[in-house]
Amino acid sequence: MNALVVAGVLIVLLGISYQTGWSKSRNLVTADGVKVHSRPQYHGSFTAIWAMIPALVILLLWAWLGGGVTHNYIVSLIPQDTLVSLDQVGLNATVGRIQAIASGYGVAGEIAPYEQSAGDALRSFNFITFAGTLVLAVVAGGAGLIYARSRITARLRARNSVERVVNVLLLACSAVAILTTVGIVASLVTEALRFFTFINPLDFFFGTVWAPNNAGGDNHGSYGLLPLLAGTLMITAIAMLVAVPVGLLSAIYLSQYAPKSFRAVAKPLIEILAGIPTIVFGFFALVTVGPFLRDFGNAIGLQISATSALTAGVVMGIMIIPFVSSLSDDIMNQVPRTLRDGAYGLGATQSETIRNVLLPAALPGIVGAFLLAVSRAIGETMIVVLAAGNAPILRGSPFEPVSTITVSIVNQLTGDTDFTGPQSLVGFALGLTLFVVTLCLNIFALYIVRRFREQYE
Amino acid sequence: MDMLAGKVKKTSLNLDSAMNPTDVLERPIRLTARDVTVHYGTKQALHGISIDIPDRAVTAFIGPSGCGKSTFLRCINRMNDTIEGAKVGGTIKLDGEDIYAPALDVVELRARIGMVFQKPNPFPKSIYDNVAYGPRIHGLARNKADLDEIVVSSLRKAGLFEEVKDRLQEPGTGLSGGQQQRLCIARAIAVGPEVILMDEPCSALDPIATAVIEELIDELRENYTIVIVTHSMQQAARVSQRTAFFHLGNLIEQGPTEDIFTNPVNKQTQDYIMGRIG
Repeated sequence: MNALVVAGVLIVLLGISYQTGWSKSRNLVTADGVKVHSRPQYHGSFTAIWAMIPALVILLLWAWLGGGVTHNYIVSLIPQDTLVSLDQVGLNATVGRIQAIASGYGVAGEIAPYEQSAGDALRSFNFITFAGTLVLAVVAGGAGLIYARSRITARLRARNSVERVVNVLLLACSAVAILTTVGIVASLVTEALRFFTFINPLDFFFGTVWAPNNAGGDNHGSYGLLPLLAGTLMITAIAMLVAVPVGLLSAIYLSQYAPKSFRAVAKPLIEILAGIPTIVFGFFALVTVGPFLRDFGNAIGLQISATSALTAGVVMGIMIIPFVSSLSDDIMNQVPRTLRDGAYGLGATQSETIRNVLLPAALPGIVGAFLLAVSRAIGETMIVVLAAGNAPILRGSPFEPVSTITVSIVNQLTGDTDFTGPQSLVGFALGLTLFVVTLCLNIFALYIVRRFREQYE
Repeated sequence: MDMLAGKVKKTSLNLDSAMNPTDVLERPIRLTARDVTVHYGTKQALHGISIDIPDRAVTAFIGPSGCGKSTFLRCINRMNDTIEGAKVGGTIKLDGEDIYAPALDVVELRARIGMVFQKPNPFPKSIYDNVAYGPRIHGLARNKADLDEIVVSSLRKAGLFEEVKDRLQEPGTGLSGGQQQRLCIARAIAVGPEVILMDEPCSALDPIATAVIEELIDELRENYTIVIVTHSMQQAARVSQRTAFFHLGNLIEQGPTEDIFTNPVNKQTQDYIMGRIG
């Protein structure tokens, strides 16, 4: 309700200020016939910006500081003798009860008289502060509007000012993305460093046994990364063995052989495969592919577990086929037609042209696509949680259950965690490892893709 | 500039020799086209082209952009097959053999009729591998020495060998535009074609590189039947013995280059030669 009122007031302010600037600008034209620097829209936007920024600043200040002010006010409403008897938890509970009474939702249990009177007082306090803030915002906005209007002359470079504001706005938006990344990495690093105060980094990176003692106590258990890393790499390798040939060959078919009408249908269909949620692929692995591989193994005399590196890898490979095929297809279409014509003109057949000219020319780009697919596979979680068997043991056979870095993070961080011992902090160390590995792969992929681009310029 | 001046002198010499009334059509005819039409989807690009192309001479196709001259050129080695929706009608015969006959091997045809494209398009391979590509896929060399010889002689014929002999293993894409185009000519020659089709081979080159290529074309006609598409009338006048003028998908006029440029019969040809049709 309050949010709606605020939004409504802001929109009205926006409309009025834009209109004011716009009409003042129109009058400039009719009044003295001087050439006006900016068009009326820009004067309107200029005025609107001057009106909105002070109003928004005041609203944001209240949103930031208002909580503390209100809390202090509520505490002051609680009688002194009651206040002394409350500890921190009790105080928070009482404040919460008073807020609930004020909002009219009601509370459990009997309402003490001081609570009722405090609730009523809080309700009127909330209304007054809200209305006050809003009025203040409107006044500030109005002041900005009047100032901006007074500045509008034929020579005002409103167009350039608006451009600067747009610049700042765009910068702010990209800053959000960048700062988020920095924040995530910083928290990963600091928490991982805390983990390494419990466990020696050498034991973590080179340990071969993964057996955290989740019960707590002085014995933390052992946190060897290698079984998880081996499982991750094995599943990724199997996934790439599935995805690369299938994806690449389908890309060749789509870009070189398929008639346009077929391509128009097939390409979106393949891309839909990329839109299937990974948990659904997980079901598919658990219910269909795993049992099939187990029975198939029995038939040819191989002991294949239903949940194994093979199951997870095969299904993950199917998941990343569209990645490989769609990217490779785009890259092959980027190879200039003249190059293909050159080969055809020499009497090369279509498959000779593809093998000798098209693929070598597209190879760096295709490798880049593969590396992007690999980093996707390494970070994949749901399929492995369901289908890899969760057995963090270092072994070489793909037919047995394994575990991966992502699965172990899930295991260590689900349920009650307090982030005081290595049992949960290890999640950050694992996350950091995963992050560094995929980052390196991505950088390598970008480097290769960039080199490819330069080739035809 | 010196090179250009030299070129102009040479060109005027050529025109002098072309004054001799012996029409190159008296030479044997390699290619005959009758009523060739091309449709791209529902759009008709060529309306019944009939032309004879003589052996060991340069035939130039001129005309404004979009007149169908390149389309017709691409019919001669069936490059239009690679364009989806293109449909070719009529007959084209190479030495009396219908090149659109169902039994004809397109791959072999393209080895007999080489092509040089508008934009130099060397493969992203070494200079050596670019030239060796055709002989390799057609199995023309029995051993490495054979292949070396084909590569060297093709580069020599294309007038490029002296410039690149020390860097045959460097990428072909590192050469200058004019050198790349001569590399593409060498690549086409290496397969041992009888006919070479050139689709505006100088349009992406500077005047000096153009002069070098034109000189090369003049030398190549000793041994090859050459068909060149050009939008430069001066170029057609300089390098060709016969000229055909295309306009809006029709073949308007054809004849000895000298006649087309000095004494065109058709009004449209006159207008184009005088620069009135863009």
